[in-house]
Amino acid sequence: MSTTSVLGGVVKRREDPALIQGTGLYVDDVKLPGMLYAAFVRSPFAHARITSIDASAALAMEGVEAVYTIDDVRHLGPVLAQVPIGKVRPLLADGVVNHVGEAVAMVVAKDRYLARDAADAVEVDYEPLPAVVDLKEAATDQRKVHDDLESNILMTWEAGPFGDPDAMAETRRKIDEAKARDDTVVVSIEAVNQRLIGTAIEPRAVLADWNPGYGRFTVYSSTQIPHALAGAIAKTFGVTYNDVHVVAPEVGGGFGLKLNIYNDEILVAFASQKLGHPVKYTESRRESPNSTIQGRGWIATATLVGTRDGEILGYELHGLCDMGAYSQNFTVAIPFLGVFVASGQYKFPTHVKLDCVATHTMTTDAYRGAGRPEAIYYLERVIDAYARKIGMDPAEVRRKNYIPADAFPGAISPVGFAMDTGDYAKALDALVESDGYREMLAERDRMRAEGKLAGVGLSTYVEVCGFGPSGLVDLGFSWSEYGAPSAFSGSGLVRVNPDSTVTVIIGTGPSGQGHQTTWSQIVADQLGIPLERIRVIHGDSEESPFGVGTFGSRSAAVDGSATFEAAQKVRAKAAKIAAHLLEASEEDIQFADGGAFVAGSPDQTVSWEEIATVAYQPHRLPEGVEGGLEAHAIFSPANATWPFGAHAALVEVDGDTGDVRLLRYITVDDCGNVINPMIVDGQIHGGLAQGIGQAMFEEAVYDADGNLLTGSLLDYVLPTAADLPSFELHRTVTPSDINPLGVKGIGEAGTIGSAQTVVNAVVDALEPLGVEHVDMPLRPKRVWQAIQDAKGGN
Amino acid sequence: MFPRSFEYVAPADLAEAAEALASAEFAKVMSGGMSLIPMMKLRLLSPDLVVDIGKIPGLDQIEDRGDAIAIGALVRHAQTAASDAVPAALRTAAAWTGDTQVRNRGTTVGSVAHADIAADQPAAVLALGATMVARSASGTREIPADEFFVDALTTALEPGEILAEIRIPKAGGGSAYEKLGRRGGHTDYAVAGAAAWVQRSNGSISDCRVALTGVGTKPTLAEGVAEALIGTDGSASAVEAAAARATEGVTLLEDLYGSEEYKAHLAKVMTARALTQAIANA
Repeated sequence: MSTTSVLGGVVKRREDPALIQGTGLYVDDVKLPGMLYAAFVRSPFAHARITSIDASAALAMEGVEAVYTIDDVRHLGPVLAQVPIGKVRPLLADGVVNHVGEAVAMVVAKDRYLARDAADAVEVDYEPLPAVVDLKEAATDQRKVHDDLESNILMTWEAGPFGDPDAMAETRRKIDEAKARDDTVVVSIEAVNQRLIGTAIEPRAVLADWNPGYGRFTVYSSTQIPHALAGAIAKTFGVTYNDVHVVAPEVGGGFGLKLNIYNDEILVAFASQKLGHPVKYTESRRESPNSTIQGRGWIATATLVGTRDGEILGYELHGLCDMGAYSQNFTVAIPFLGVFVASGQYKFPTHVKLDCVATHTMTTDAYRGAGRPEAIYYLERVIDAYARKIGMDPAEVRRKNYIPADAFPGAISPVGFAMDTGDYAKALDALVESDGYREMLAERDRMRAEGKLAGVGLSTYVEVCGFGPSGLVDLGFSWSEYGAPSAFSGSGLVRVNPDSTVTVIIGTGPSGQGHQTTWSQIVADQLGIPLERIRVIHGDSEESPFGVGTFGSRSAAVDGSATFEAAQKVRAKAAKIAAHLLEASEEDIQFADGGAFVAGSPDQTVSWEEIATVAYQPHRLPEGVEGGLEAHAIFSPANATWPFGAHAALVEVDGDTGDVRLLRYITVDDCGNVINPMIVDGQIHGGLAQGIGQAMFEEAVYDADGNLLTGSLLDYVLPTAADLPSFELHRTVTPSDINPLGVKGIGEAGTIGSAQTVVNAVVDALEPLGVEHVDMPLRPKRVWQAIQDAKGGN
Repeated sequence: MFPRSFEYVAPADLAEAAEALASAEFAKVMSGGMSLIPMMKLRLLSPDLVVDIGKIPGLDQIEDRGDAIAIGALVRHAQTAASDAVPAALRTAAAWTGDTQVRNRGTTVGSVAHADIAADQPAAVLALGATMVARSASGTREIPADEFFVDALTTALEPGEILAEIRIPKAGGGSAYEKLGRRGGHTDYAVAGAAAWVQRSNGSISDCRVALTGVGTKPTLAEGVAEALIGTDGSASAVEAAAARATEGVTLLEDLYGSEEYKAHLAKVMTARALTQAIANA
């Protein structure tokens, strides 16, 4: 397909000069005349009845314009969760609060300092109620989180395979039989996959401006889903999609945190309409952990049964998933993404059962990886433990149980999902046969000989991403509840302007992924027009064709494919025009170096300038060819994509303190074809930082009363570049067969492959001491305690 | 993360600063602002007046006064960390404080005056037997380090006083600082840290001071360790035996980073490591 080498080439990120120099426009940079600022009064209790709200002192402050409570906005109704199972969050607390940080009232004032002062001056009386915080306790239903719900268990996902109860019963029978055999080994690990606070460098921010004359909202929001937000605002306020213009300018990190319609986005629109001024809310770093969704939060038991020679006969993953108090966008659907990959890249019978449980804590939802890192963590931890138990090389055990490469196309995973393409042994072999891996093992042995505690960890993974397929809509994955009925398709529009520059308008937008560069490459490759003459417009609900948004590592696979197809249409039309101008046959027209030429006669050329000029002067066009030079395409993928890979880590543990040092990290990732290797590497780096961050540092800790003890960056330990080794990245390439680019998605793979790699390495290091498992994060205190427990024979 | 409103002054000299400090109901001194500003933004502190001493000339020097090294109120962590005149314990503690940005902005004296329970440099100045020089409208007062740290975030400074200088006696011997940081290694606040200073004469340890940080509510002298080590030959076994007494008299504080048991254990490990290094440096 390639006419130039631009596709697949290292192209420096075109967006970076503005971002690095601080000239990029973020929501908080947007200042409109007469703009007011919102601040929220938030609950200090995890569970309490609100007995009174007295805003008189706040309202008496000069410059305070309004204080709103649920009574002012109840008529607007809640913003429905996309998967509306569980308790939907009211716009503001309605009689009770159900987690610390829940918004109780909104203050609007002339400046943001005053807004904060006024919020502190609002007096709220609470009658504290007992909080249900512990996940295991919540799952017993001894105490209810919400009086009006039947159970704290909101949903149970079960598969093996999904949607076929008879086949699942057969799977369970097989696993039980295998366990009962006396020649098999059963290995079981109960582990916590702790809650994480996704921390984007730009907290959320929203600015709404109601124009009564036009009867329209203009809304700037730091969101991953501008089109869905436009739909939600239209639906909430009873206006049409046409009456809402949402702009997501530069977005400083998303990670799924901004893949939600937040109440504050609705409330500032309400306040703007009510007060006749633009109203802005910028979330503070301190309130963010309890007002923006958190991620993970599972406690599960992974049990694996296999023979002594490495044939795995069955696998069970049974667990509890913490949903928090309210269901937001996907919430209960996130564990389902774990179900998708519960059997990983393996062929053995798998039964997975996950209970989604409410607690009096902040909502959980999609955080980079979303369900998939959790599921792969359990699988790859227990396989490692099994390999150890039977004394087999961890790579060999994995290789032996993979779905073989010749099962593709047409492979169906044991949990019942069709996979696009895969060659799992290829990535594993590329890793274990690399010099780096051999050096890691040698270094481990050398350190051990010196009396040090050193370990090498291995993990392989499969991911499902690139959502689509469009049919997911039937499982509830769509923006229908937001008044924008749409499935998970992608869109792209390519327009050659009269001066032969190209404008590309897409339905997804970046929050750091480099759309400007990647999309330019896709289009440049098709049209033979230099990157510098291509501009990519995104994140604007009015300008761009409807888009589902940027999440689930889907942009390139879905919207990239749509743009590719739109560029092909433009190219086909340009070929018609060129053929007409060159008096040649359309089939003989080729594009390169800024123009078209006739195959075999390279001196018969016409430039893009001439083609574009003629396109906009319809009288010069051949008969039957319409003026203009643009095309739009919708790409509806038949499946999701399934990237995979293999990771390895070398660690050293200080046995006296429990301190873990990550010394070396190697990956082989296979995300199909690569559009820009540097951007793909950057995505892997970021994913690894967050996966290793989970393994070693990060943890949202609540006390028994539901107070978040790690609510600031003093106590929520994020990884920094200084904490991480220089990553060594390799790849294999197994193109997807479900999209024309052959790409799969790479945004989340780093998080999915890495957490258990580090834990496996630490367990390897501590094996001589008898340690079999340490929960994340691998804080020194926890590693030290594991060593003490092993010494004590516990 | 918006502070309450406050007044701000940037006096030209210490006398003016002391006067300004005395003029308000609740005033705070700011040098680098690395701790004060976050606390104000979190509304944990809401002073009426911030007295910014950052523009006062002459306070950014490390001076050799013959019998002591004097560290001025505006000496940055990075400066302390890079100074050959500063004993190893404090130099290391400064090098392991915060991150590069913080070390280029925050001050050694500010960190000591702030007295965070898990900060590095307070333990170092305590082990080194420093003298704190406080300046107020009524003059200058010297406070021994042993009396300076009162409780968490609380020092012997009176409301109108500015910690203008820290004087570290040139007592000879060797010193060292060891810690386990919250993100492992030496990074971030101390889960546990120990600063040690030792003096050797005629092949035995003639004097010793060890101070702990991160494990209790304030930097604390481990007097039992000194008692056990003085008079010994400073051998590995002597260090081990002395370090075992690290937490005598220390009120251990459990936090997110460790139980009392773990902190007690770490205190001993860090004490032994710091002593071993200090003896090597002596």
